[in-house]
Amino acid sequence: MSGPVLVLVAGDAGAPSRAALQAIGAARGLAEALGVPLEGVATADVADAARRYLPHVHRVEAPPHAAGWTAVLAAAQEARAASAVVLSATRSGAAVAPRVAVRTGGALLEDVVTLAADGGAVVGDRLAHLQRVRETVRATAAPAVVTTKVGAFAPADPAAAEGEVADLPLPADPAAPHVTVERTDAVAGDRVPLEEAPVVVTGGRGLGGAEAFDAWVVPLADALGGAVGATRAAVDAGWRPYDEQIGQTGRTVAPDVYLSLGVSGAVQHLSGMNRSGLIVAVDHDPDAPIFAHCDVGVVADAHAFAPALLAALKD
Amino acid sequence: MKIVTVVRRVPDVEARVEVDGGDVRVSGAAWSLDGMDEYGVEQALRMREGGLDAEVVALAVGPADTEEVLRTALAMGADRARLLVADDADVGDVLARARLLADAIREEGADLVLTGGKQADADSAALGPALAEHLGWPLADWTTHLELDGTQVRAVHDGDAGPETLAFALPAVVTTQQGLAEPRYPTLPNIMKAKRKPLDVADAPPATPVTNVVGRAPERRERARRMLDGSLEDQARELARVLREGAA
Repeated sequence: MSGPVLVLVAGDAGAPSRAALQAIGAARGLAEALGVPLEGVATADVADAARRYLPHVHRVEAPPHAAGWTAVLAAAQEARAASAVVLSATRSGAAVAPRVAVRTGGALLEDVVTLAADGGAVVGDRLAHLQRVRETVRATAAPAVVTTKVGAFAPADPAAAEGEVADLPLPADPAAPHVTVERTDAVAGDRVPLEEAPVVVTGGRGLGGAEAFDAWVVPLADALGGAVGATRAAVDAGWRPYDEQIGQTGRTVAPDVYLSLGVSGAVQHLSGMNRSGLIVAVDHDPDAPIFAHCDVGVVADAHAFAPALLAALKD
Repeated sequence: MKIVTVVRRVPDVEARVEVDGGDVRVSGAAWSLDGMDEYGVEQALRMREGGLDAEVVALAVGPADTEEVLRTALAMGADRARLLVADDADVGDVLARARLLADAIREEGADLVLTGGKQADADSAALGPALAEHLGWPLADWTTHLELDGTQVRAVHDGDAGPETLAFALPAVVTTQQGLAEPRYPTLPNIMKAKRKPLDVADAPPATPVTNVVGRAPERRERARRMLDGSLEDQARELARVLREGAA
């Protein structure tokens, strides 16, 4: 197949998301390796910004809900005979990509950390067994539907020239099978979503209660322009909501800076954050596993250390 | 009505995972029923205990040893179980497994399919969405709350920006997230009873993988592991500098 690589440019408020820019970076490299054109798929509010990165942008109407992207991407793949479809492994991306692969009869390369071509085939590395084993996976069917692990690829720089934008008509029934979104409870306040945040401040069991999150974790996240995360123990104890959980059964993040307070570092938690840029850990137990997986460690009681750190950040 | 809970046998989270000549070897702990699949079994049982007239069937594709985790599902309270025997290497990938499972689910005439949001062996979240696509059914992924009113479903799930409430009609696929239903421990009498419950074992039909794993290697990223010292204030000042500059 010599059709283009298509990349979904997700975003809001007129700009591609950080995760989408990473997907564009990965898709650009793949298109070059395959020797095929690179094209984007974006909703009208993002298309103008997306053309700064892509030579061609297919402008589509927003499907009624995240699952509707299955029909949109499958139709775009068919219309363009695309050799690959690339999207970020966000919650919605991870749910849409397998459906697109099944619908188009293609292969799925899920949550990849590298993306390349080998003799015309799409090849990517992904991490399995709680991120402890690297697997090199080769697509043996076309198209290759690829999700890029959040934080694994450098975000794309704008291209030398702005691309063109053209409308791509939606398929007849993009909502099928029918799901209605009755209600969305967006992230509170001005804080950025976890996967998009350049900084994540996470609290664990060592904090002892919800009050410590309000007193230290939230202000530290605000001071650093970051998002709040929690360990499974903190979520199970009811201190924080489920959607803030980081780890195997929660979200996977890879911010530039990851700061943990009172987190021991169980393997399930590590699998959700160990691809972060700089990992900083504060815990009272010098033998906590987290200290074997951090760049900078502080052995201190989080309750005593957090106020000192907040004060130092304000200096 | 029939609820199928799709389960998988995965290495216990305490297991040591090593790569040996391209094969993954697991040692140091037992295999167990995937934790997120377990939420699905529990949810099915609670719906039945809440008055829903439903048969709960545990279904798996996997090596013959998968029988053990199907017995766990039976001991929790599932009515019967079904195993399609195939080595993971022969099935090949998650889309191929989804196709085998979808065919079995169609044969069963299921109304609701529950499975884990992410399986711990492949770290894959693709099974639920792929099942939904093969079956042409609606999907609620990463679900923390599920209500059934006749054939109407209301599900709260984790979306990109936070919790979302979805509404759709059965038949449907629901994948689990922690918080959906904390699983029960099977009691000894129920473990004994499970040994007599029907567990149908048959060879899986040939699979049609769309990917090929061409290499495996241990993944470990070395970190600086710099431990700060000095007074609490000194350490706080140094850490503030590190955080501002984003470098150790």
